[in-house]
Amino acid sequence: MAELLRHDQEGPAPTGRTGGRAGPRGLADGAPDRPLARARDGLRAYRMISAMWIRSTMAYRASFAMTALGNFAATALDFAAILLMFSQVDALGGYRLPEVAFLYGAAATAFGLADLAIGSMDRLGRRVRDGTLDTLLVRPAPVLAQVAADRFALRRLGRVTQGALILGYALVALDLTWTPLKVLLIPLMLVSGAAIFMAVFVAGGAFQFLAQDASEVQNAFTYGGNTLLQYPPSVFGKDLVRGATFLVPIAFVNWLPGLYVLGRPYPLGLPSWAAFTPPLVAVACCALAGLAWRAGLRSYRSTGS
Amino acid sequence: MFVGTGRFRLYAAVAAGSFRRFATYRIATVAGVFTNTVFGVILTYTYIALWDEKPGLGGYDQAQALTYVWLGQALLTTVAVMGGGFEDELMARIRTGDVAIDLYRPADLQAWWLAGDLGRAVFQLLARGVAPMAFGGLCFQLALPGDVLTWLAATVAVLLGVVVSFALRFLVALSAFWLLDGAGVAQIAWLASLFFSGMLLPLNVFPGALGEIARALPWSALIQVPADVFLGKHRGADLLATYAFQAGWAVVLLTAGRLLQAVATRRVVVQGG
Repeated sequence: MAELLRHDQEGPAPTGRTGGRAGPRGLADGAPDRPLARARDGLRAYRMISAMWIRSTMAYRASFAMTALGNFAATALDFAAILLMFSQVDALGGYRLPEVAFLYGAAATAFGLADLAIGSMDRLGRRVRDGTLDTLLVRPAPVLAQVAADRFALRRLGRVTQGALILGYALVALDLTWTPLKVLLIPLMLVSGAAIFMAVFVAGGAFQFLAQDASEVQNAFTYGGNTLLQYPPSVFGKDLVRGATFLVPIAFVNWLPGLYVLGRPYPLGLPSWAAFTPPLVAVACCALAGLAWRAGLRSYRSTGS
Repeated sequence: MFVGTGRFRLYAAVAAGSFRRFATYRIATVAGVFTNTVFGVILTYTYIALWDEKPGLGGYDQAQALTYVWLGQALLTTVAVMGGGFEDELMARIRTGDVAIDLYRPADLQAWWLAGDLGRAVFQLLARGVAPMAFGGLCFQLALPGDVLTWLAATVAVLLGVVVSFALRFLVALSAFWLLDGAGVAQIAWLASLFFSGMLLPLNVFPGALGEIARALPWSALIQVPADVFLGKHRGADLLATYAFQAGWAVVLLTAGRLLQAVATRRVVVQGG
């Protein structure tokens, strides 16, 4: 209840400031407004709600510091496991430590950015179950923006920081011949990768409209996907790599561009220009996820309680 | 802590209620099984790569290492390696002041929550443990014990692991008496648990002194010890010593929980009007 009240205090502000431009006519269900205006509305709502959550987090500073540190350490543990493995062996699936660290850092940073931006999407099922989603539906802001910013957790910067540090280490430790294309590919990979993971989060959210309790299935693709990408594809069975390339195309997050940078062939024999397709894949994924989200939202029936 | 038959009936009812409560969320359970299975597959491949590179690592052959992976997935929620049993609820009750009502009840606070947590653990062992293990056994070459006794011995080790896990999480939950928002402590606790339980990598694989320390800490009772019992690494007198290790930590940590609870209830004024 306190949570709803806090939302509501923030509620009236948007309409007040825009003087009715966005107005309540943009009823959350995606009325055929100008899409650009809706996107701007959504971003503004997202910004305001997340700012509110940051303020609320800062009310318990000690806890914030501990959870941010914990978030950093939790992800560092993944890498600690890899370090422990390399304390026993020199190569894993034919890849040496700096190469694995490169794949790890790229996946962790991209996933961290997506998780920071919209990682709270897995709470949607709970809102459907307890009926609080209805509150979001009657507000004059896109539901997706509200759900994505819900309980915005700044502590997730810990994960991004950790991923970036490992990526930095790998870039220093790797002995590569750099070309302009390879340099360009690094930021491209991180941004597209984050967008692909965001699409997975949104699609997972859409799925929760159907299976309200099944938010854990989403973890298999988000956290599970992240874990998968931390290791080189040569470690995994062909079918698993195929699934991660063509079914849920997370291979485009770091494997395809990453192996190009490392100068390694991709296991499924894809052409080397495939390393540059992540932005296109990201756009396609986001579009599909958006459609799935819309279908999910349309199918929503309130619990009525 | 003397427990009469009436008391026993009460705690049995709490445990049964907790079992039923978790059993209500069937779709969530299926979703959890799916996720555990996906992680199991991913980890299996990394372990195959690791044991291909260095056969016999940590005293396990490849089949035993893969069995370890699937045991980890099967026990993850049962021994609550990453938390998620009762402690969030108890912390919320401490924050809101509802814990005052719990303290008035004619039942012991620690025993009440322990009974509930045992009910949860039994449900999750059956519902979330069996299916991933069966999937792993069908798809990969595992080293499953051939005799019933080893299965029974491992079950006892798992139950002792649950009690140790509970005792640790009870301490975490009590921190809310002082901090109100116990999320930070809870997170640091599950980090320690994730690393030192053997969930990330068998503790036998940890190098040198780190391995020695990790194997002596209470968290090893959660995954590493039950897994080694399951893999037949402890037999006869060694098995009893292993149980004693788990039970010893359980007693120490439960006692610490009682002492902390006594301090908390004496010193802290419950919020609310």
